[in-house]
Amino acid sequence: MKLSIERSALLKAVGQAQSVVERRNTIPILANVLIEAEGDQASFRATDLDIEVVDEAPAKVERAGATTVNAVTLHEIVRKLPDGSLVTLTDDGASGRMTVEAGRSNFSLATLPREDFPVMATSEYEANFVCSAPVLRRLFDKSKFAISTEETRYYLNGVYMHIADANGGQVLRCVATDGHRLARIDADMPAGAEGLPGVIVPRKTVGELRKLLDDDDAEIAVSVSETKIRFAAPGITLTSKVIDGTFPDYTRVIPSGNTRRLEVDAAEFAKAVDRVATVSSERSRAVKLSLDEDRLVLSVNAPDSGAAEEELAVAYGDDALEIGFNAKYLLEIASQVDRENAVFLFNSSGDPTLMREGNDETAVYVVMPMRV
Amino acid sequence: MPALCRDCLKTFDAGKRCPECGRPRVISHPELFDLSIAHMDCDAFYASVEKRDDPSLRDKPVIIGGGRRGVVSTACYIARIRGVRSAMPMFQALKLCPDAVVVKGRMSAYVEASRQIRAMMDDLTPVIEPLSLDEAFLDLKGTARLHHAPPAVMLARLVKRMEDELGLTGSIGLSHNKFLAKVASDLDKPKGFSIIGKAETASFLKDRPVRLIWGVGGQTQAALDKAGIRTFGDLLRWEKVDLVARFGGMGERLWHLARGEDRRRVSAHAPVKSISNETTFGEDTSDVDILDGHIWRLAENVADRAKAKNKAGRVVTLKLKRSNHSALTRRVSLGDPTQIADRIYRTARGLFDQVSDEGPFRLLGVGISHLSPASTADVEGDLLDPGASLRAGAERASDSIRARFGPDAIVKGRALR
Repeated sequence: MKLSIERSALLKAVGQAQSVVERRNTIPILANVLIEAEGDQASFRATDLDIEVVDEAPAKVERAGATTVNAVTLHEIVRKLPDGSLVTLTDDGASGRMTVEAGRSNFSLATLPREDFPVMATSEYEANFVCSAPVLRRLFDKSKFAISTEETRYYLNGVYMHIADANGGQVLRCVATDGHRLARIDADMPAGAEGLPGVIVPRKTVGELRKLLDDDDAEIAVSVSETKIRFAAPGITLTSKVIDGTFPDYTRVIPSGNTRRLEVDAAEFAKAVDRVATVSSERSRAVKLSLDEDRLVLSVNAPDSGAAEEELAVAYGDDALEIGFNAKYLLEIASQVDRENAVFLFNSSGDPTLMREGNDETAVYVVMPMRV
Repeated sequence: MPALCRDCLKTFDAGKRCPECGRPRVISHPELFDLSIAHMDCDAFYASVEKRDDPSLRDKPVIIGGGRRGVVSTACYIARIRGVRSAMPMFQALKLCPDAVVVKGRMSAYVEASRQIRAMMDDLTPVIEPLSLDEAFLDLKGTARLHHAPPAVMLARLVKRMEDELGLTGSIGLSHNKFLAKVASDLDKPKGFSIIGKAETASFLKDRPVRLIWGVGGQTQAALDKAGIRTFGDLLRWEKVDLVARFGGMGERLWHLARGEDRRRVSAHAPVKSISNETTFGEDTSDVDILDGHIWRLAENVADRAKAKNKAGRVVTLKLKRSNHSALTRRVSLGDPTQIADRIYRTARGLFDQVSDEGPFRLLGVGISHLSPASTADVEGDLLDPGASLRAGAERASDSIRARFGPDAIVKGRALR
């Protein structure tokens, strides 16, 4: 194999590959990226057995072929090469080495045979549809903060993507929760998504997917089966197993009868929460919200370290209410609001609270109060 | 040289026998009346309580432990002569000492005896740090004027009272810090009274192995071995910075201990780091229902103790031991700390369900750690488990019923499995 490729194209491809490989793994080949050269392009494939990413880049192929080298090492080398350089990768197949040449730099890397590289089996997908990058970005960006890290509830360690009924029609919906807060984000139903089986997209996949979604104009082809999900952007394909588990029935968690309505400027609210929470050194810092007639008082009382209070002018016209929340959760949901005011709907100090942006029902957050 | 008769408690100036009663149990040491930090360790405590309560056991080797299985928790001195040690698997102990009488522990009797000893120690000083039922540190600094006697005399009186009134013996280590006091109490067991004075500290430690240090177990020992450190003398050759570089925080402690320095105070309120409980089964089991019952009972016991201590834990640990004695532990962090048995049980059960090994198991343990005050516990509800707060409320209600009408007034059906 011998190919020449632009440094920036190589850096992007290898960067994507090295972030998929597990840092600590016992199977040497899994630390490697599979490089295949044919026609006028090179492909770079990496996997951790759950996720596979394939990046294709135009290259000048002098001799077709394939080999595997350590992804992290190759990435480090390419990262340190001067911008704009042309990189030549050569593997003679016999020496067990691949050379990397750029300008006056010359590297020789140990290879492992391409036959040993595990390629994810292709499967039949039950739903294929196309979604624009900004739509997917919104679905996952606004839900991923609520993904659970608790391994005993592994079925919460991802974003549940499925088709749901809303307002008399169907929507493409992403839900994530860790039992303390929940995010439910809807998008218009894309053509072809009708047969979509509900799948739980793992946390790591959500992180990797994000790198495919930076280009606002990109159209992403999404394919879903019971066991796998594939995202194909121009030049790059991400395939992932989905979490084998049943996502809990979240619909009963979302309160529908909450009537006490608070409307507040989300940015001002977040800043105030952040300020008062400073005095508490506890791991889960509780902030108390005291509401009464267009007045919101945020307070923190940490017996060991101090107390803080801040008053905000808000729109609130219901009965007085005192309710406590974990400051971190409040900050996270408030930071999801970027256009309009945040609207909170409360029931009592012990019941889940709902938050949304203005009257936008396509992004809804639920947060469990704390005893204060 | 100041001297003290351990039988009649008379103090005098040197001599091999007591001038008053003529008995030979005399302790003499240049610093005898200057030292005030002591470690009291009962001699084969559980076994001694059993022998006291059942005189027919007096001349027999007695082992306390869970039936034929499990491990030796205490062996009497007769059994120890045959090589039986605590923490030894029972089958091995019985191989060494086939005629041993194995007694299943009577924890309530030990707790009672411990309480009586504690009351006697309370007469000596308010600064007592119990390490377990049968051992404690005591700091008697400044008590001489109150008692009209130096600490050494009061300690000799304590063990004499324990023997006369409770029929239990103990060994005393007296020194100028906790580390050395603990080392000393072990020097002359049983019924020992050993002193390590300031002047002799360096020469005493020099050739002793570093494993004397409380907390130096297998791993630290191996790391020390690798560095060529076996004795305190070896440690003295190391610079402090090098020890810290190699052993971290432990390195600094080692440097000081090598010089016989230990600045830890005897503290009546030593911080508790974890609360746990485990049980060894009568026979190995892989029956999920039986194991589940154990998980519940252990979780409830842990929760009871956490509630009594006003503590809550953020990490729940499940421990399992297979038939071949290999152990397996699983732990998980909760969002907020808990002291609710129901939550500890459900979390431990979740961990259990993730264990791919199907058993059989011989032991099961449940514990909580990363403790914090109870006021921060169980404050966050669970969206996906709306029943959790109801169950927590029911548990608090049962707690108050049990506080009023006794521990068996109300139990969960699960506990009967």
